[in-house]
Amino acid sequence: MSGDLVLRVVAKLLIAFMLLFALYVQFHGDFGPGGGFQAGVIAAAAIIFYGIIYGLPAARKVVPSRVVETMVGLGVLIYAGVGVLGIVLGGNYLDYFVLSGDPVNGQHRGIFWVEAGVAVTVAGVMIKIFYMFAGRGRNGEPEA
Amino acid sequence: MIAPHLPVLQVVLPLLAAPLMVVVRRGGFAWLLATAASVAALGIALALFARVADGAVLSYAMGSWPPPWGIEYRVDRVNAFLLVLVSSIATVVVIYSRTSVAAEVPREQLYLFYTMYALCLAGLLGITVTGDAFNLFVFLEISSLSTYVLIALGRDRRALVASYQYLIMGTIGATFFVIGVGLLYLMTGTLNLADMAQRLPQVAESRPVLAALAFITVGVCLKLALFPLHLWLPNAYAYAPSAVTALLAATATKVSVYVLLRFYFFVFGGTTVFIALPMAEILLLLSLAAMFIASTVAIFQDNLKRMFAYSSVAQIGYITLGVSFDSVTGLTGGVVHLFNHALTKGALFLLLGGVALRVGVVRFDNIGGIGRMMPVTAFGIVLGGLSLIGVPATVGFVSKWYLVLAALESGAWWLAFLIVLSSLLTVAYVWRFVEAAYFREPDPAVARLKEAPLAMLVPAWLLVGASVYFGLDTVLTVGGASQAAQDLLRGGR
Repeated sequence: MSGDLVLRVVAKLLIAFMLLFALYVQFHGDFGPGGGFQAGVIAAAAIIFYGIIYGLPAARKVVPSRVVETMVGLGVLIYAGVGVLGIVLGGNYLDYFVLSGDPVNGQHRGIFWVEAGVAVTVAGVMIKIFYMFAGRGRNGEPEA
Repeated sequence: MIAPHLPVLQVVLPLLAAPLMVVVRRGGFAWLLATAASVAALGIALALFARVADGAVLSYAMGSWPPPWGIEYRVDRVNAFLLVLVSSIATVVVIYSRTSVAAEVPREQLYLFYTMYALCLAGLLGITVTGDAFNLFVFLEISSLSTYVLIALGRDRRALVASYQYLIMGTIGATFFVIGVGLLYLMTGTLNLADMAQRLPQVAESRPVLAALAFITVGVCLKLALFPLHLWLPNAYAYAPSAVTALLAATATKVSVYVLLRFYFFVFGGTTVFIALPMAEILLLLSLAAMFIASTVAIFQDNLKRMFAYSSVAQIGYITLGVSFDSVTGLTGGVVHLFNHALTKGALFLLLGGVALRVGVVRFDNIGGIGRMMPVTAFGIVLGGLSLIGVPATVGFVSKWYLVLAALESGAWWLAFLIVLSSLLTVAYVWRFVEAAYFREPDPAVARLKEAPLAMLVPAWLLVGASVYFGLDTVLTVGGASQAAQDLLRGGR
């Protein structure tokens, strides 16, 4: 498929907007529909789209497997870390009220980082699943 | 400052350890972290156990949202007992797994093994500590999903099929459970277990509540492998890595029993659902079927891990038998057997792991005369077998004693007779091991075997020792179990 000029050009144009849309969904999650999970899926879709059009090796060059695996763990760490921060600042686990002097602001801050964690992990898992399925049986090496 | 946060830290520490292992990607570091998390969990569980010993109930409001609106973690004497059991078994198993898992799991997958191990531990502890029905479901899924992966990491290719089988059955079980919780939520408008227990009596006679009880019973019984729903268990235990088998046999089914107890006696305790549905009779019948049929099947197994897996199904029958009496003595017997069987089966599977390290798949035809080559391991297995039978001075005797007492108390002397009779079946399959290990000449292949490495023997013998020690000194186990039983029966009535 990598020979098709139309697909390659359209893909290049679209991917930037897909990533931008992912960020919009991410940061709009506080006020309307959206949030970390959806944003993570959209961002991963952009990478998967790139992989489908330009081939798996090209996608792996942009987002290496190791980065993807780190993302999987990192997101959960961010989420759980926000919870622990609640304890450190004198509240209960996952207490957002204490994250800022102003409780409402604290809630905003808490949900912002939690959703960021969700987005990172979800994007990582989605890309990982794609890599594993797309990489199956290539060059005779099993994809780890 | 840290003391009020213990209920949540119990779960958070292993939960934090897991993603950290993925980020660092080192097998050795992952093992260290898993050990640290398990030891910390054990310390926290002991601290919690001490703090609720006088009957206090610790409540923790997640995110400072007061219950019943927010998620509540709730520690009482019942689940503190379970927390100590789960975290101590996990600690022993993780120390053991350094040598055992290194031999059975490819090097580059080691860190993933420990990640899954930490997640499984977090899930099991979470199920036990939470006081929220939906949160319980989430932890049930966390522990189950990580368990599927752990089983699939087994060396034998059949491990994949076994894991898939368990995935299907486990998912059905979890789905049934969440349907039941959904129906309860519909009728009571709350997911907090304590709040639910208060509200249920007003709607107890309604059909959705009865349906919820049925769904939850079937769902949880699938997870705890009650007799006709046990089909996933033998293969999963037989083909999983040795350390995983020990962990599963000693904790996963036990935690599911706890969920059943929590729902039957705490949530439904104040209602009359036990009169509307013949729950006790059904449980009694299935328990008896498990004790006899599974024990009989165990006698005819060639693979030792499968044999002890079927024996687990039978032993779970004793636990649910204790539950079905619906009396303090019966429940004490059930809960104490839950603890005792975890020690015994944990020890047996850890020792079998040592044999597996030397001979590969442990079958009766390739361990002839092993008692002479691996005396410490074989003797440990015999002691574990004696405890399964229920010989005095082992933990098995203590739990069967209470079960027989409960049977006599309820006037069912024939049940007492059946409990003793089913022990005879246990004698049969334990004898098969004794015969193979001690009365056969070692084959040339067996004659070259060395004793299992010390790093595996010590943790295994810790459990063997515990299963003898707690057979002599029952203050902690029977004391804890009878307090738990009294609390459960006081539940909502």
